[in-house]
This record gives sequence, structure tokens and C-alpha cells, in this order.
Amino acid sequence: MDNELRLFPRLAWSRVRGQLEYRLSFALMLIGYFVMTLADFLAIWVIFQHLPLLAGWSLGEVAFLYGTSYVSFRIADMVVGHLDMLPTLVRTGALDTVLTRPLGSLYQVVTIDFGLRHVGAIAQGLVILVIACTTAGIPWDAGRALMLLVTIACGTAIFIAIWIVGATTVFWTLGSGLEVLNAFTYGGNQMANYPINIYAGWLRRIIAFFVPLAFVTYFPSLYILAREDPLHTPELLRFASPLVALAALLVARAVWGQGIRHYQSTGS
Amino acid sequence: MAIIEVRDLSKQFRVARPREGARGPLARVRREYTDVRAVERVSFDVEPGEMVGYIGPNGAGKSTTIKMLTGILVPSGGRLTVAGFEPSRQRKEMARHIGVVFGQRTQLWWDLPLADSFTLLKHIYRVPDERFAANLGRCIDTMEMAEFLRTPVRQLSLGQRMRGELTAALLHNPEVLYLDEPTIGLDVVAKSRIREFLTSLNRDAGTTILLTTHDMGDIERLCRRVIIIDRGGILYDGDLERLKARFATERTLVVDLEEPAPALDVPFATVERVEGPRQWLRFQRADTSAAELIAAVARAARIVDLRVDEPSIEDVVLRIYAGAAKGIAINDPSPG
Repeated sequence: MDNELRLFPRLAWSRVRGQLEYRLSFALMLIGYFVMTLADFLAIWVIFQHLPLLAGWSLGEVAFLYGTSYVSFRIADMVVGHLDMLPTLVRTGALDTVLTRPLGSLYQVVTIDFGLRHVGAIAQGLVILVIACTTAGIPWDAGRALMLLVTIACGTAIFIAIWIVGATTVFWTLGSGLEVLNAFTYGGNQMANYPINIYAGWLRRIIAFFVPLAFVTYFPSLYILAREDPLHTPELLRFASPLVALAALLVARAVWGQGIRHYQSTGS
Repeated sequence: MAIIEVRDLSKQFRVARPREGARGPLARVRREYTDVRAVERVSFDVEPGEMVGYIGPNGAGKSTTIKMLTGILVPSGGRLTVAGFEPSRQRKEMARHIGVVFGQRTQLWWDLPLADSFTLLKHIYRVPDERFAANLGRCIDTMEMAEFLRTPVRQLSLGQRMRGELTAALLHNPEVLYLDEPTIGLDVVAKSRIREFLTSLNRDAGTTILLTTHDMGDIERLCRRVIIIDRGGILYDGDLERLKARFATERTLVVDLEEPAPALDVPFATVERVEGPRQWLRFQRADTSAAELIAAVARAARIVDLRVDEPSIEDVVLRIYAGAAKGIAINDPSPG
């Protein structure tokens, strides 16, 4: 574990250098992500041109949810987004090479790439977040500032966990589970962008407690924005994100362990 | 004490297939499972410093065995230790003591200069600076790699890449080196360079080498001992020379005569083929020596040129299969 933490910057940097070998494709990718984020946020803005409030939330508040969720999601994407490649690693036998090295298998698959191309998207999310922080009428204090950092860290951890669990399913489905994975990761980000009280009750329960998307930003944001919860959930939930994130990561690690064991006993 | 100990090692795969007659969206869900026995009760020992060829036809269970030895696959039965470790339970610890080269895969970083892969591996295996410099220097010298160290791996020729793969597998001084098809796709020069390097590695560093290959030249140049596997079980385990003496008894003398002649009539040999002035004479090692046969031919006609063809290991393996089909016992009573 110690060795693995020490190695991380070195491996990540090697990936960045590898990507910079292909400068044009790197530049195009940055521009692509820029346009995507812009289009995304424009959609929210258009909604507010027609409605002053969305289920009781102002544009500034929704922008805050959007910003925190988006930044968390893109950091997670940068670190583990290439788990999408797992079916390829299995098919080409690259996963076999991983298993012959003195490092954890999940760690190695994660460090196979480092999505530096996502920094553009992260920066854009941060811009939206900064604007939201000044326009959403937040009663700023030290506790709220700290909570913002905790929210982004926990949101990132929850997205990482979702990504790992989703990607691990390929050990059983042999590649046909990627659409499901995308529904939970990219789709999950889309859902977390909006206040969860706009969703139907059954869907809300799934995103609150099964795939814990509500803990990415909705619950902690209630505290930061000093808002009443339209759903009247217990106040304690607003501070539960760190525990939920930790639990999610532990579940993800256990699921990965099962997946690798399944691979090692089937070898396909 | 043996460095690789394999006892009754077995591996079964569950293979899913759609149920007979199943159609439509549920076909993938309603599947039947059949067990395929890839390796069945295989046992052998490898002593430190041995160089063993592990051969057999496609699908015989070679790769499955290597994958269990390297900790990639978990055995379904039997016992297995490598350098004192149990591969499936102590995968990470064992990894420091073994080196693996899969000829058709890469362990190098595709988009970086070759030397950068070595530096990353140095840190992954925590190789001390001096040891790293010494090991890398020796590989660079003996395999003449200096000129392409700064070339990105994706631009290397297959032969250059393979030298890089070998170096990558040896930086941490593994006690055991597994090679799966190390010379596949290489030209004659590249092959002989790799073989020379492996011979000197085994002689100087005492590295134990287990080699799977389809290239019988690899086996003949490198291995004194061969293990032949077929249909998941061991067919032969023992000395290569003894195997040849037993199953490679037939040789062929090829002579070029001064002018075309009808099939020669010499004792202990049968003419297999006549092509102009060239004739192929098959003979048994036990019946006559090559020298006696050549003398007999020379008495009958004027020889311009000649050569003696030894049977390839491939022929030998084929003959073993034929023998096995007839129930002939072939296992070497005293392996090694």
C-alpha cells in the first residue's frame, strides 16, 4: 500500500507524458470537453429562462448543485474514467500482465491511464461553482467553506466507487455491461446536477440510498445553502456524506476483489 | 529443494453456451454450463538453474499451466509452490521473485521511450539503484540495445521490442523466468540473439527458465529437459537427448549425385524420393551409421554433395502421439 501511494504520481505523470506525445488529439479532446460542458450548462440556463424557480430552487442554487457534482464527477473521471477500457484489457490479455506484478490489481488498472484531458472540464466546473458561490446567497462561514471541500472530496469518492462497481461487472458480462456502467456514471452525474426533489419518489429513493447520488451534493448542499429540505429528511443526513463515501469505496473494493477472483477462476 | 513444485495440478473451466434451441432475448440468460478440463493432475518439479521446455500442441494446457504458475489463474485442484510461495494466495509477494515474458503481449509502456519503461519498473519492483544500473547495463551490452533506448516502444521492431521485454522481466533479478513463445515472429538473427542471451543468463545468473514454444529450434538450442503436455496431462517428462534417441531413430541422407540415376540399392536404407540427381535415403540409427551408408552410396555412384537430416522435435512429438494412441509407455523412468 505504502509503495503504491508513493508510486502514484510517477505512474500518473508517465501517462500524462504519453498523452502529450499526441499533441493534436490532446488539444481536440480539451476543446471537445469545453463545448460539452458549455452545452450542458446552457440547458439549465434555458430552463430558468422559462421558470424563475425549479421545484423551489433558484438558478444560483441549481448552479451550485451542478458545479459541485460536475467538479466531483470530472475529478473521478480523470482518475478512474478509463475503467471503461477494462473489457479491452481482458480481451488483449493486458490484465494478465497486471496480475504478474507486485502491486494491487485495481491500483494498476486505475493507473494504466490518467485523464489529464479532463482538467479543462474540471476548470469549467470550478468557474460555474465560483459564480454559484457568489450568487446563491450562501451565508458563508468557516464551517460552510470546509463543508464545500468535504462535499467535493466525498462526491469524487462516491463517483469513483460507482465507476469501479460498474466496470467490475464486465468480469461476469464480458463487455456487454458497458452501457449499464455509463448509465450509472454519466447518467448519475446528470441526475446529481439537479435537486433530487424534482424526481419521482421511487427514483429518489434509489439515488438517495442505493446508488448514493444524493450524498454527492444534495444533502451536504442543503447545509451549505442553509435551506429547508423540501423532502423533510433528518438533518443528520446533511453530514453523512463522508461515511457514505467510505462505505461506497469499501463496497467497490470488495466487488472488485470478487470480480478479479472470478476472472482468475475463469481466465477468459 | 525444487524451486517449482507442482502436484496433481488441475484446472477446469466452466464454459457457458446457449441452451439447445434457445432463441431470442432470453437465450443469453438460459445457458447451460459444461466443464472443460484444461489441465488434469499434472505433477513435476523444476530444480534451481534448470532450463525446461514445456511443449505441446495448441489447447494442450500449456498456457493454463503457466498462468497458474504465475498467479494469473487460481487452480481448481492440486498443490503448487514457486520459490516458496503459493501463487494464487501470495501473488504480490511472489511477483518479486519471478519474471514473465508473454511473446504476444507487452509489459512495456507503449507510448514512452523504452528506457522510461525500465525506470517505471525499477520503482514498481523497488530495485536498488546500483542493482538496476548493473542489470540494465548487462542487458544493453549483451543484447545491443543502446541505439533504440530512447525510441518509443510503439516504434520498435518486434525483435527490438522482445529484447526490451526480456530486459523488463529481468531488472529485479527474478529466480524464475517464464517465457511464453519468446521468439514468435522473429527473424533468424533476432532468434539466435535471444537464444544466446538466455543461455548466458541461465549459465551466469543461474536463473531457472521455463519455456513454452512452438519453435522446436528454441527447445533444441536451449533445453536439456522437456515436458510434453497433451490434452491436459503430461505425455513425457525427461531428457531431450533420450527422447530423440527413443523416438527420433530415423534419419535421412540426402545425396546429390554427379548425374541422374535410378533409385540406389544400398543395404539398410530405402530411397524415399528421387529428384533428378538428388536422392533421399531413409535409414535407422540402429541398423547403420551415417558414415557406413555414405561409403556404400559412394561405391555405387559419384557423390557431389550430401547432408544428413535429423528429425525435428515436431516429428518426435507426432510419433509420441502415435505411440500413445497405440498404448506404448513412453515416460522416462528417471527424469532429469
